Order: sequence, then structure tokens, then C-alpha cells
Amino acid sequence: MEKKWEEMSAAEKRASRFETWLAATGIEFQNAEAEANFKAAVTRFKDIVLMEKVPDRVPVLPFGIFMQTNLYGVTPYESMYDTDKMLSTQASFIKDYGPDYYTTPALVGYGKIFDILDYKQYKLPGHGISEKSAYQYVEGEYMLAEEYPLLINDPTDFWIRCLMPRVYGALDPLKMITPFTDNWEVVTVSAQMIPFGIPPVQNALKALLEAGNEAMAWIQKVIGFEMQARGMGCPGCFGGATKAPFDILGDTLRGTRAAMMDMYRRPDMVLKAVERLTPLAISQGVRGATMQGCPVVFIPLHKGADGFMSDAQFREFYWPTLKAVILGLAAEGCVPFLFCEGSYNTRLEYLKELPETSCMWVFDRTDMAVVKEKIGKKLCIGGNIPSGLLLTGTADDVRAYCKNLIDIAGKGGGYLMCTGTAMDEGKAENVHAMIDFTKEYGVYK
Amino acid sequence: MAEDMVNALADLKEDEVLKMVQDRLNAGEEPLKILDDARRALEIVGERFAAGEYFIPDLLYSGEILKGITAIVKPELSKTTEAKKLGKIVFGTVAGDIHDIGKDIVAFMLDVNGFEVYDLGVDVPVPTFVEKIKETGATIVGLSGFLTLAFDSMKQTIQAIKDAGLRDKVKIMIGGGQIDEQVRGYVGADAYGKDAIEAVNLAKSWIGG
Repeated sequence: MEKKWEEMSAAEKRASRFETWLAATGIEFQNAEAEANFKAAVTRFKDIVLMEKVPDRVPVLPFGIFMQTNLYGVTPYESMYDTDKMLSTQASFIKDYGPDYYTTPALVGYGKIFDILDYKQYKLPGHGISEKSAYQYVEGEYMLAEEYPLLINDPTDFWIRCLMPRVYGALDPLKMITPFTDNWEVVTVSAQMIPFGIPPVQNALKALLEAGNEAMAWIQKVIGFEMQARGMGCPGCFGGATKAPFDILGDTLRGTRAAMMDMYRRPDMVLKAVERLTPLAISQGVRGATMQGCPVVFIPLHKGADGFMSDAQFREFYWPTLKAVILGLAAEGCVPFLFCEGSYNTRLEYLKELPETSCMWVFDRTDMAVVKEKIGKKLCIGGNIPSGLLLTGTADDVRAYCKNLIDIAGKGGGYLMCTGTAMDEGKAENVHAMIDFTKEYGVYK
Repeated sequence: MAEDMVNALADLKEDEVLKMVQDRLNAGEEPLKILDDARRALEIVGERFAAGEYFIPDLLYSGEILKGITAIVKPELSKTTEAKKLGKIVFGTVAGDIHDIGKDIVAFMLDVNGFEVYDLGVDVPVPTFVEKIKETGATIVGLSGFLTLAFDSMKQTIQAIKDAGLRDKVKIMIGGGQIDEQVRGYVGADAYGKDAIEAVNLAKSWIGG
């Protein structure tokens, strides 16, 4: 008799999620070798996370957003507007380079959707920046200081009526609708429909319908690719994605500057906001992992890096809710994949507070010898290949760097070879060197 | 009172500082003297940053407090007496990259440490750097970039400075997100600095101050 989900322990839930990932239901493998490669890659991932045994070799993930297409001369602009072309080069990348896992092309997004919505929070390739550039965040106060109480009181209402009208030009009229919680029983229904009769609001809804149609066509193609990639023997490495609550506030809502000032000027509001965002962040990650049938939840970390705040600020504003997100995801059997951009040297002590094998930490500029010593025996670690080396060094430099990483961080398992940052460009021979050398030298004997 | 204000600003006590500034103005003090004290306080902020006691939010916050002080003091300034500057620096985020926070912090710290900073903004076209160096006679160039595409923009900018015959007249520093010593070699800059205080120290060492 199978246990119900609610009755399972976190470890049982995780085992079940890994089984789902490994089962690859519905995947048509190209041949027996592809199937074996897929299963070996998933097993390797499970081994580095669970740390119950040393894997057959160090797994390798070249983490790219626009890198894969760029390597074939396809610009970020083309990638965002010509989905077929983008996906065909992504497939070529898997075939030609042989990574253990692919990073989902869903990260690229579809340009037409952003155009319909008139997205303002990023500059997109070919729109105010070069077609060769990846999208770039536009720093701004997308949430005003006086909107903290609204966010804390009712985040979804804040998102629909304040944030989205500000971030998407086409959705500006949504600020005219009334909170959906105004709607209770018969006497409120007619009145609540009134804003939906206003032509600008109707245009905003039309924009949503149009964007939705484009999104459906796009996601079908992306899923088609994902099935193809798995069929080639290459699993995707992420199920869901979420963020540290302070990063949702500091990146998405208030912007870097304002979020930092808020830590001095309205610390109570910041604390209430990040606490309010915590269960939402957990739920988002769990839903993604369940939907994708892969337990790994990607969490890019930004404002908590060394220097971005003091130790006291990290302890007060950043760590408690990030820790709660990690523990919340782990309790649901997910594997949080913390992607530490910048350096995390001064934060490693905090990571010791996390339960053994509960998550994995992929670093950019952090000292990997110290990482291995401090947390690497309890938690899976990875990363650390600098983008500067990959783009401006030689293949020999890359091999030497990878050798050192495998010797230091790879010792005894629990290590993922990975770029330190999400790459938008690549140098073919260096990406080959990173992957091939790891496959050859990273075998555990 | 002056020392109190310097200390309060160095300790980032915004409300106290702004009140002290107002009190000093009311007492008939010279506005330029107040601004000079503010600059002294920000040097202490820089020292604390270099010592690892302060972090990026502290630098940004000190800048915000300075803005507040300037807003109070400015209407009282009878004439603007240009303080003597240590040297001229042309500064900007290179072509293709729109990131400004790191660049703004560095420009601000260079400014409060006595340099004349010509901040060209973000996504600065290659020729703009060359023109500004010619126009100002600046002897230091600061190139900022967050993205990996900035590596090539920096390289092209430095090549253009070379092509204009200006390379031996300027010292070039680079910094930002993915920049490191490896990238410095690739783009041909004189130095890479990891933060605003390293930029100030480099500028001082180059200008002999």
C-alpha cells in the first residue's frame, strides 16, 4: 500500500521526486545509449546531493542562458524572437558538446510576449540595447516606500493592481480595477464588474489574452525541445525556480538602492515584507518541481553576497527567510540549488546551520578550498569556473582550472562542475575543454 | 559642533546629521565649511569600508545623506568656490552595458576624495570616451562593466584610446561584476580594482596624491 504524499517524510518525498525524474515517463529515447546516459546523469545528480555514495564521476553543467545559441552565431535578439532557430541550436549544443544536463531555454523567454505587454523592467536585445546583448535589468523603484503595508497586507492584490501596471505598459489600466476581495455574495458582484467595462481595462485584458496565446504556442515548442533533449540522453537540471525573499524585495520590487536604504529607514517594514513573501517563495518552487517532474529548484542569490550588506544585516534581513525557503522546499522533497553569484566567503558559517544533504550550493567567486572544508562534507557544492577565464583564457587554462577544482572540491564526491555564473556567451574550445576534461579526469576510481 | 557632525555622518545617523546641518546654518556658519566637514566624514566612511567595517549599503546610504545635506546647504551658498581638485577622471559603464550602481558608487567615492569626475553614464559609445579624454585632458580613465559582453567593449575602448594616440597619456582602471585579473590582461587595462576604495587608491597612486 503506497503512502499518501502528506504522510511521507521529507526523505521519502525526495526519493519519490528523484524516482519520477529517473523514470522519464513519456520520453522516447533515441537509442539504448541515450537512455543509459540519461539515467546515469540523473543518478549522478542524486549521488552528489544525497552524498550516500561517491558517483561514477563528477557531473558537469555548463550553465548558460544565451551561451548555447551564441556559440552558433545566433544573437540574443534572434533567440528571443525566433524560437525554432533558438531551440534547434540548443539541440545542436547538446549533440555537439555533450553536457550532462541542459539549462532550460525557457530562461530565454519569448520577445513577442514582452512586446505585447510593453515590459519595462528589463531592456531587451534590440530594444534600446544591442541585438547581441542579453536582457539587462533596469534598476528602479517598482514598488514605492509607502506601498509596504499594501504588499504585506495582500501581496497578490499589490501585484495585480500596483506592480504589474507599473512594470507592463499594456497593463497600466489594471490599476483601475478594485481588489478581488471586494467580491462577496450577490450584492457586490455587479459593482465589481464595472471597471471591466472601461475600454482601457478591456484593452489590458486583451493584451493578456494575446500574450497568453503567444505563451501557449511558445511553451509547446519549448516542451517539444525538452522532450527531444531528454530523448537524446540529456536531462534538464531544474524543476522549479524561486528566489530568496529579500531578493524578491531588493531586485524585483524596490531595486537595489531603495532596498538598501530601507534597511536603515524602515527596517520593520522590510522584515515584515520578507516574512510575508517566504511562504509564497516556497510554494512557487514546489509547484515548479512537481509540474516538471524534477526535484531541483533553482534559486539565484544576489543581495546577500559579500559586501552587499554587513554580517549584522545579513543575519537580520537576508538569512532567516532564505533559510526558511530552503527548509520549506526540502520538507517537500525538493532540492534547493542555490546559485551564489559574486562571492560568499563571509557567509559560509551560516550554511553550516542547514541540515546535511538538504540542498546544494553553486558558487561563483568563493574560495572552493574553504567551501569544501566548511560545508562540502555535509552539503553538495559546485561551480566556480570564472566567466573571464572561459571567455578570455585558453583551453589549457580551463583544463588546469578544472583539474584544480576536481582535486580540491571534487574529492570524495558531492561536487558539480559548473560555471560560476549564467553565461550569455561562450568560447567554443573552452566550453568543450570544461566538459571533456571533467568527463575524462573527473572519474572516481 | 563640526566634529559632532563629522562623527554623526561617519556613523550614518541621518536624522541627527540633517538637524546639525540646519542648526549650523541657523547659527550663521559658512555653508562651504559644512560641506567640507561632510567630505571629511565621507573619507572616514571610505576608510571604514576599506577596513571591512562598512559595506555597499553603507556607501550608498552615506551618499543619500550627503544629498540631503547638499539640498539644505545649497540655497545658502552665495558663490560656488571651486575647491582644488586632485586630478581629472573620465568614467563610465562601457558600450552595451546599462548597469550603474557599481559605477555610481565608484564615481561618488572618487568625487568625495577630491577628484574631478566626468561621469559619462552607462552604455557609453567607444568614441565618447576618446572625445572626453581629449576635451578634459583627463589622465585617468575608469571603465565599468557588469556583463561579460563588457570585456570586448572595454578592449575596444582601450584600443580606440590607443589609436587616438592617448594611451601613454592616461592610466586605465577597470572594474565590475565579472571583471578580474584575467580580464584586465585581455582588455589591456593598467589595473583592475575590486571596489570603490581600490579605485580611489589607484587614482591617488597614479596622480601622486
